[in-house]
Amino acid sequence: MTALLPRRGLAQILALIVILAVDRIVSPQFFDLRLQDGRLFGSLIDVLNRGTPVALLSLGMVLVIATRGIDLSVGAVMAISGAIAASLADSHGLPVVLAAALGTGLVCGLWNGFLVAVLGMQPIVATLILMVAGRGIAQLITEGRIVTFSSPDLIWLGNGAVLGLPVPVAIALGMLILTGAVVRGSALGLLIEATGGNARASELAGVGTRAMILAVYVWCGVCAALAGVIAAADIMGADANNAGLWLELDAILAVVIGGTSLFGGRFSLVLAVLGALIIQTMNTGILLSGYPPEFNLLVKAVVVLAVLLLQSPKLSGMAGIAARLRRTKA
Amino acid sequence: MENSLDPASTLLEVRGISKSFGAVRALQEVDFTLRAGEIHALLGENGAGKSTLIKVVTGVFPRDAGTVRLGGEEVAPRSAKAALQAGIATVYQEVNLLPNLSVAQNLFLDRQPMRFGIVREGAMRRRAKALLADFGLDIDVAAPLGSYSVAVQHVTAIARAVDLSARVLILDEPTASLDRHEVEVLFGIMRQLAKRGIGIVFVSHFLDQVYEISDRITVLRNGRLVGERETASLSRLELIRMMLGRELAETTSARASATEHKAREICASFEGYGKAGYVAPFNLELRHGEVVGLAGLLGSGRTETARLVFGAERADRGQARVEGASVRLQSPRDGVRHGFGYCPEERKTDGIVAELSVRENIVLALQAKRGLHRPLSRREQDEIARRYVKMLDIRPSDPERPVGLLSGGNQQKVLLARWLATSPRLLVLDEPTRGIDVGAHAEIIRLIRELCDDGLALLVISSELDEIVTYSDRVVVLRDRAHVEELAGEAIDVGNILAAIAADGVSLAREGRA
Repeated sequence: MTALLPRRGLAQILALIVILAVDRIVSPQFFDLRLQDGRLFGSLIDVLNRGTPVALLSLGMVLVIATRGIDLSVGAVMAISGAIAASLADSHGLPVVLAAALGTGLVCGLWNGFLVAVLGMQPIVATLILMVAGRGIAQLITEGRIVTFSSPDLIWLGNGAVLGLPVPVAIALGMLILTGAVVRGSALGLLIEATGGNARASELAGVGTRAMILAVYVWCGVCAALAGVIAAADIMGADANNAGLWLELDAILAVVIGGTSLFGGRFSLVLAVLGALIIQTMNTGILLSGYPPEFNLLVKAVVVLAVLLLQSPKLSGMAGIAARLRRTKA
Repeated sequence: MENSLDPASTLLEVRGISKSFGAVRALQEVDFTLRAGEIHALLGENGAGKSTLIKVVTGVFPRDAGTVRLGGEEVAPRSAKAALQAGIATVYQEVNLLPNLSVAQNLFLDRQPMRFGIVREGAMRRRAKALLADFGLDIDVAAPLGSYSVAVQHVTAIARAVDLSARVLILDEPTASLDRHEVEVLFGIMRQLAKRGIGIVFVSHFLDQVYEISDRITVLRNGRLVGERETASLSRLELIRMMLGRELAETTSARASATEHKAREICASFEGYGKAGYVAPFNLELRHGEVVGLAGLLGSGRTETARLVFGAERADRGQARVEGASVRLQSPRDGVRHGFGYCPEERKTDGIVAELSVRENIVLALQAKRGLHRPLSRREQDEIARRYVKMLDIRPSDPERPVGLLSGGNQQKVLLARWLATSPRLLVLDEPTRGIDVGAHAEIIRLIRELCDDGLALLVISSELDEIVTYSDRVVVLRDRAHVEELAGEAIDVGNILAAIAADGVSLAREGRA
């Protein structure tokens, strides 16, 4: 198995390099960076900045998928938290706004987790409920309008800079480090992987599998809420109809590109975020190339296929045998 | 092997097969010959290479070297399906069918009788019914396969394989989950099929059955061919010697004969403990340094008792005490917290986390017990894993190997290690030797005795009465979901246990495996 370890992540890094190279060809200035008013500008920074919401979503999604679940409601949760943040922004301070928005995400996650872990509903159905209802809730909050705000604090959250980096990028980086520290610094990572790998066996080994499942949905809700706040801050308003629309699919895609199986078990936070960046690098590249955005969807599909093929066990000798053994033996 | 072999009757000829997984040489130049119409036992310890040989022959694994000839023609199936089409069908130890589909659908999966592109359910059911009737099985073929016992599922898998392939049938531990009567039925069918000229490869760890049914025996050890013999001319001692490559120090050495251990302290006790519709209320005392065996037929309430004791199932009456203090066992977590461990019967579904490494599987229960905020460092994990891999002789010894890649016996050892790492006071073992070969079998029994001598309390379920008699200080006999008899000391013997099981008139022959 040790021989396989360096392979992990190779496919993703390779894919990112290839896409970056292609981007460089379509747009010669792609790697140009300049410092202006204490903030870096350039296509690379754009990729990071635009990629933030999906990267945040994938941080929660990867944990949910590792438990053999899925969360379709993250896009709707983004809309709700964005609506709440926008509605409160001009009347309350940033801490209150953040607490309210993230608290809402936490409650949404608890709801999903309750349905899955306690009532035993299938995750795809359980989270579909909030996916549908959530957008309605967001519209109720905004009363069907696009709510704009002018709170400089919240606008800074979407457009400011920290140490030269856009604030959203810094936040995403912080969340990656925080999540990694919590998950791998405690026993959570192992117990989540065990729960996803074999819930019955883990339960019998004394693992609190329900608590694990509840926890990952809660975290997924919080990550989605944060993504929603950033998306709202970015456009200085909340659009309940379009905020986070279809982003749950990008988040799932990012996780899958990051090599985490939808059957649960082993996961990688860093590779999931890398997956989100791969998606965004493509999006940005196509925008810069001048091709109509419709191409984006096709190209995305091709690249995803390529990454998955690179990961495919049949294409990588030893890994193939290992995976087949896993299926047939035991 | 022998020159006297008549090539005309040779059905399957395997020559010089080699197979490596990375640095591990799983098979080295193995030969195997199957004649038409014979039942050929393939034997060997855990990791001897039996499963690998089967998988190489049936194309599940590509082979590194060697040839396979079927009826004189060289074949090289690239998948199990291709092997099936060539005429080699395999039924694995763990049934690989679809529990959510009906029995009939499973039997005719991929080849349902069709009319105008629509499956003819009626015809399919009639044919399924007729097919299973040959196997002495009269069941509702429209019901989901998963609603039937493992035995029925196994017979269904065999029926499917037999119906699919007319030439070579490979049975990998087919009798592990069958009772005596079902074994008889299966053997009858095997003899019938052999008469029709089908060659049958029979992998089993029940040596009695091997002697009962097989014509010839091929023994593998550490991926090499040890020899091929006529069953009739091979003594049991010689066979075991071939398999183990060493003398067995009396496979069933009697338990510490004079159990002169002083009055042992009670570790856990259960009074009037039970659950309606699950197990009738029972009294049970488990003492440090003592093995209590649970005997009874399948479905008699053995596993149910074990799950109640561990906390995997909630009792609705009675009182549980641990070291004298009254406790509530509501969940496995409670059991683990009170120092209990439980190795379930179904290793694959309830025991191992196949994808995770040996190390992670071993530390899982200990980590769960310590809680989230007290993670075991990687160094501690490595140390624990190394210690138990060495202590229990887990092979291959690489702690980073996914546990799903290990053989059944080694997976069982990993599960034992998982609980030993938690320093338990009570271990509940449900069929710890099921599906495990002779060598590992003896080893696990030795381990049970050793653990017990270290002061652990053990509650062990086994359908092998010889085995229970060997290690138990007391034996509780169950029948119809109730504890009906407790035997101790001199009273523990196979005859008494059978008498207790059969007290209500059930034929002794049913548990004739003992």
